[in-house]
Order: sequence, then structure tokens, then C-alpha cells
Amino acid sequence: MHELSITQEMVKIVVEQAEKSNISKITKINLVVGELTGYAGESIQFYFDFISKETLAEGAELVFRKIKGTLKCLNCEESFELPEFNYICPYCHSDRVNLSGGNELFVESIEGE
Amino acid sequence: MEIPVLKDILSANDQIAIENHELLESKKVYGINIMSTPGAGKTSLLLQTIRGLKNTIKTGVIEGDVSSNIDAKKIAREKIPVLQVNTGGECHLDANMVSRAIKKFPLDKIELLFIENVGNLICTAEFKLGLHKNLVISSTAEGDDKPLKYPLMFTVADVIIINKIDLLPYVSFNSKAYRDAVKSLNSKVEIFEVSCTTGQGIEKWLAWLQKQVKKHNKSARNKE
Repeated sequence: MHELSITQEMVKIVVEQAEKSNISKITKINLVVGELTGYAGESIQFYFDFISKETLAEGAELVFRKIKGTLKCLNCEESFELPEFNYICPYCHSDRVNLSGGNELFVESIEGE
Repeated sequence: MEIPVLKDILSANDQIAIENHELLESKKVYGINIMSTPGAGKTSLLLQTIRGLKNTIKTGVIEGDVSSNIDAKKIAREKIPVLQVNTGGECHLDANMVSRAIKKFPLDKIELLFIENVGNLICTAEFKLGLHKNLVISSTAEGDDKPLKYPLMFTVADVIIINKIDLLPYVSFNSKAYRDAVKSLNSKVEIFEVSCTTGQGIEKWLAWLQKQVKKHNKSARNKE
């Protein structure tokens, strides 16, 4: 259900940008979605089809670039994909890490004419 | 023609969260956002906390729920200010809902505000509300793997309460494994173990909380 509010916000952002850039029809919206945010592309598309009606974004194609959950080791500074069973760095075995990827949610670009 | 946008979809929410924070600061109110799965003990912890602080800290509660007001009624029996916010189906509170609620709330009469978020470990972590601290409650019956499954929630947590420790003999919860996973991600987080049923561990939590509120009151006075 949480896709509804973020889809409304997304449509607002792309329509504002299109107006600023003198685009009369948005054809593509490139979105970046981190895996840990739990947003389902299908669900965003579902709401988008309703919300975008009669806006500059109506009919635009939604393209999702997914970002995997990533940790960065605070000791050796290597990054690695979120492990399943523990938060230990596979390179230096340190147990001090930071979440460095997977929580993104932004509009990367729009395409239009 | 491709036009770069690079705009965070939650930026409008984050802006309102900043305004919420400023309003709380101007009223000298310390705010805590409580998040957990449904049934981990958010309301039980609130009741224990309100009773424990009754004579020392003036407390208020905003209850976020999808549709009911069962929790708000429980809190209202404690004779403190309480406001129910229904999200109308949304599975989290956002900064805008909180903004409307705190503008209606008698902030002048309290020093500590709890906001009980909707029971959910996923999107509640993403929507900043503008409070001072994020409190996450885990209960032993949920198992010890939650920090591995919901790393974002345990990254945004400032303080964690492990509730239902009275059930430890009956459930599979490895406290060390849980703490290790949390501390790996978030070394600064404070962790308390309590049982809202027996009251075990509540005193330690209250002592920490009182210290935070006092510190905040002092720094608010210094700003004047």
C-alpha cells in the first residue's frame, strides 16, 4: 500500500520537471529503487496508471533500476552485497559495517518530447 | 530528449519532517517515534512508560493506526493527552500526517511526545517524521533474525527495546546473535531488554529516558 503516496509524489516531481523543461509529453521515467525499500515496481505501475491520467506523464514508460542491498566495511572500506546470515565483512572479517546501498528511491531522469 | 532529475521522491516528506522538528524544538518537546512489527509491544511499553514517568515527566501520545482507535482508548485511561491519527490504509505515518497532528496537539502541556507508528518494519523506516529519536521494539517471540531481514530499520534506530524477555525460556531467541547483528550495522544504538508483562528491565529504560529528556530540557533552556 505504501506505493500510493510515493507514486503521487513521483508524478508531481516529473510533471514539475517537464513543465520547467518545456516538455509536453513525458515518454519515459527512469527511477532508481533500492532493494531494501520494499517498493514493488508492479504496484508503482498500477498506481501510476491511475494517478498520471490527464497529466504530462500519462502513458509514460516506467523504467526501474534496482540497487542491491550493499554494506561497506568500516575497517577495510570494501563494499559487498548484503549477506544472508550475518553482517561480517567477507574480506577482513570485521563486524563493523555501514549500510551503503539499497535504500535509494529517486527519479533519475525523464525523457520526453 | 533526456533530462536529469535526480530528485529524491521522499524529499517533500523530509522537508516537512524538518518543520516538525522545528515546531517541537520551539515548544521544548522531546519526540520519540516508536516502530515495530504488529504485536511487539508498542502500546504495552507506552503504558509502562507513562505510568513510570507519571510524577516526573509530562508525556503525550499520538497513536498512528490504519483504522482503529483501540490503542488511543487504552492510553486515554492514563489521563494524559492523546490523539489518534488514522492513516486510512497507509501502512506508515508520514511527516505530513504528523505535521497535522502536532499542530492540533497541546504541545505546551508536555515535555515528551511519543508517536506510535503503524506496526511495520519496512516503510516506517523510510519516512522521516522529524522527532528526536527512533525507538524500535523487537520481541523475543519474533526470533532473533529481524536485524538481518530488515537492515534499514535497524540502521535508523537510535534505541532498541527487546521486549517479552519473560518468554525467553520458551522461544528461540539468541540475544547475542541479535545484538551482534544490530551492533554491526549500528554501533551507537542503545539496547534495553524488558518485559512489559513482569516489569523486568523497565527501570533501566526509564532511567535512560529521563536522562535524555532532562538533557533536552537543559539545552532548550540554554537556547533561550
